[in-house]
Amino acid sequence: MTKKKETIINVSLIVALLAVLYVMEHTLPSTAMIFTVLKKGAIYALVAVSMNLLNGFTGLFSLGQAGFMLLGAYTYGILTIPVEQREFVYMYYDGGIIHFSVPVVVALVAAGAVAAFFAYLIGLPVLRLKSDYLAIATLGFAEIIRAVFQWDKLGPVTNGSNLLKSYPTFRSVIFPFVVSGICIAIIVMLINSTYGRAFKAIRDDEVAAEAMGINLAHHKRLAFVISSFFAGISGALLAMYQTTIQASMFKSAMTYEILLIVVIGGIGSITGSCISSFLFIILSEWLLRFLDSEMYIGDFKVPLLRAGFRKVVFSIIIMVIVLFFRKGIMGTKEFSVRGIYNFFKKRAQRKNAVQGGDSNE
Amino acid sequence: MSNILEVKNLCVSYGGIKAVKNISFEVPKGEVVTLIGANGAGKSSTLRSIVGLVKPSAGKILMNGKEISGKSTEQIVAQGITLVPEGRRVFADLTVLENLKIGAYMRKDNLEDDINWCYDLFPRLKERHWQLAGTLSGGEQQMLAIARALMSRPEVIMMDEPSLGLAPIVVQGVFDIIREINKQGKTILLVEQNANMALHAAHHGYVMEVGSITLSGTGQELAENESVKAAYLGKARNKK
Repeated sequence: MTKKKETIINVSLIVALLAVLYVMEHTLPSTAMIFTVLKKGAIYALVAVSMNLLNGFTGLFSLGQAGFMLLGAYTYGILTIPVEQREFVYMYYDGGIIHFSVPVVVALVAAGAVAAFFAYLIGLPVLRLKSDYLAIATLGFAEIIRAVFQWDKLGPVTNGSNLLKSYPTFRSVIFPFVVSGICIAIIVMLINSTYGRAFKAIRDDEVAAEAMGINLAHHKRLAFVISSFFAGISGALLAMYQTTIQASMFKSAMTYEILLIVVIGGIGSITGSCISSFLFIILSEWLLRFLDSEMYIGDFKVPLLRAGFRKVVFSIIIMVIVLFFRKGIMGTKEFSVRGIYNFFKKRAQRKNAVQGGDSNE
Repeated sequence: MSNILEVKNLCVSYGGIKAVKNISFEVPKGEVVTLIGANGAGKSSTLRSIVGLVKPSAGKILMNGKEISGKSTEQIVAQGITLVPEGRRVFADLTVLENLKIGAYMRKDNLEDDINWCYDLFPRLKERHWQLAGTLSGGEQQMLAIARALMSRPEVIMMDEPSLGLAPIVVQGVFDIIREINKQGKTILLVEQNANMALHAAHHGYVMEVGSITLSGTGQELAENESVKAAYLGKARNKK
């Protein structure tokens, strides 16, 4: 298969996907569960890939993702609430102190930029740490950010512990797909570049990487900042999807959900993260919903099913995966047209060899 | 002949422990120089300080007459020194080809020629270029580690115990490669415990003991030196 052919197939697959989404949107009722899954899945795919860039490709175990999403979500909300709505949104703070709003695309980029800026600052001290210590430090950072954004004194900017709302949102499922798709494509290009190779070298062996002339501090910071940039954008998308935001929803539980997605998908696999984020959202938002509600079969009350039981099941799933399927769905492999092509080609060859009878095996 | 690398009164300490105590030596251009000595003699620390992985506590390191001590590893590698680290340390989850490309990380120009050159030196790597480095045998990993170092087009290659943990026949192969690379004009600074092989491959040798250089001479002289024989070559002094 030539490179050109591969590109054509990939592009046509993307076009086909968007066409399917478009058709679905115009045939199915807009309240269908599938749209919730697709929208949230696309957003989580982006943040999972950004976490994978750090944890899977650079070997930095960071748990700050929810904090950077919060920064992105708030930046987006604060910058895009229409001027005439600000009075109502910031009703406890005399309309806030910001009296302008910017276009959606600008705000999305700004959301990433603010998250990246904070990542740079926090990265200066914490990236000296390794493995678990780094995880604890970044987790602490995310918690601090959440508390700071609820602080009353910052109310004129962040609206304190009140909701941010009335900012522009999206209705079409295509929007999060396109934004996430572009961002993930950029991350993939980065991973396949010289920088990406340097990240992987650092993951495999820091000392050897340094001996090759790779500046460890610089590259770790770069990976951290880029990962946070995209986490910020996904936070902004999440804000759009939810139509209102509040700092209290960016709990560490959110980071764990993303970590779960990354682990299920395979640490070090981009396509794995994407597949598992949709899988995770389908299960948690849709198929496993019944676990949280009481159920009667005839007069018999099914035991265990009650609010919160879903979380228990998820905890069990993560334990099973970590114990028995540590590589996740994809391991470090990637799902690609070329991969499928080669798989079938090999199979065909083997089949021919067996049928031809000229093999000695 | 000019000295490409000069080490003057180098001291390295880790906390309160002095690993290298005031050593000086030269590496002439185009030669193979070896540092031999037992474990803990300070050989690896010397190499690590030359390439900037540890900062020397005192002394000077000169490359082509310019001081490089105190600079970052990045800058030193860019000057044309590279280290093949002890224990090979290939990037296990990257392919052989990717490992080679990382070796050339400091260079942005065309790598094609250098990759082919490495494949000529190590035909095994060419056969296995798509394989993950972690799945190679120990000898092949050592070849890859050397090839990776060559990718930065260094003037001086420093090798830290390239024969460590390899079968005798493979060790022979490693030393053949060292001679071959030297013949192609590269200067080599070799740290070894396998004194016999190292001294026979080297033009000059230095013997290190607990942080100091105790003996020096040509490879030949040292190989014939009675105390070296007794200490490293396993020949009892009273036999003769």
